[in-house]
Amino acid sequence: MTEQGAAASGPMSRRTLLPILVVLLFALIVAMFWLGLSLDPRRLPSALLDKPVPAFDLPALRDGEPGLKADDLKGGVTLVNVFASWCVPCRIEHPLLLRLAKEKKVQVVGIAWKDTRKDAQAFLDELGNPYGRVGFDGPGRVGIDWGVYGVPETYVVDREGRIRYKVVGPMMPEELNERVLPLVEKLKK
Amino acid sequence: MLLRTFFSSCHDAKRIWRAFAALLLTLALLTPALAVEPDEVMKDPALEARARELSKELRCLVCQNQSIDDSAATLARDLRLLVRERIAAGDSDRQVLDYLTSRYGSFVLLKPPMKPATYLLWFGPALVLVLGGAGLFVLSRRRAAATAATAPLSEDERLRLAALLDDAEAPPAAASPAAPVSRPRKAKGRA
Repeated sequence: MTEQGAAASGPMSRRTLLPILVVLLFALIVAMFWLGLSLDPRRLPSALLDKPVPAFDLPALRDGEPGLKADDLKGGVTLVNVFASWCVPCRIEHPLLLRLAKEKKVQVVGIAWKDTRKDAQAFLDELGNPYGRVGFDGPGRVGIDWGVYGVPETYVVDREGRIRYKVVGPMMPEELNERVLPLVEKLKK
Repeated sequence: MLLRTFFSSCHDAKRIWRAFAALLLTLALLTPALAVEPDEVMKDPALEARARELSKELRCLVCQNQSIDDSAATLARDLRLLVRERIAAGDSDRQVLDYLTSRYGSFVLLKPPMKPATYLLWFGPALVLVLGGAGLFVLSRRRAAATAATAPLSEDERLRLAALLDDAEAPPAAASPAAPVSRPRKAKGRA
């Protein structure tokens, strides 16, 4: 009888353990799906995060105006907005950039990426120019150094000239108010 | 075979099959349209071959499931030209890949690099296989042990089992008219 009792306790403990294991496994799978499906593969974090901006020296979009180079981004917190006239989402975020420029909370500069001078100038003439300086990157090579893979992209650069945040796609008011502006305030201190 | 009989029934089968084979051969020889444009190609075929191989390992960041060698996106073209430029400047394959990884991160590599952050990715499937196999092994061992430890039948159980087995062995014609009450309860014909 003692032997029988010992043998019976084996299946009993397994019977209680197995459902727990199955539930745990299920929870694990749900968690992985939850995480995996909430990630947007289109939004890549910048490989240059917390690194200094790449060395670059772009000519101005318009003759006679100052160009844009790496040293211009030192000294103050700056938003670097990469745009193109052929980019439709850029038109969506443009009013937001104009508002930012008017409020003067942060310096906004632009890089016209893979565009012609004529088209980029017409784009700013039509919609207004929110940028303190606009660099012209027609061949798109400086953009590649920045890790740009589409427009618009917006980089938050701190006083030491390091990239601290990257917005992929049009910047929306939520992202601006909840992430970008708080970060700008923090970096200003 | 069905196709063959169908064809031979209405046409000259041999000719149809020859045409069919020719079509298959043509389809087999077709390759997808190349994204690499003639003006991108390097003069040195050996360097160009290296550039092609490297391009196949690099992800087009616009159309993310294509390599820059496949993609017609303008950024992919820029990156192809950049790869060729680096190779022409004397970079090794490793240096070209590092150049792009430093700008776009490991995501630009279609083959994920082996590093602590990707160990789970590389060894995960093997780990799941080993864990699952071990689980199955333990389970089967326990099941075998549990079966062996089952208590032997009591005398009463043995008799009932024998009676049931006898019923099953009896021919259905003989068993059908019998009412349950008339069945014999004792085991018979057992060695």
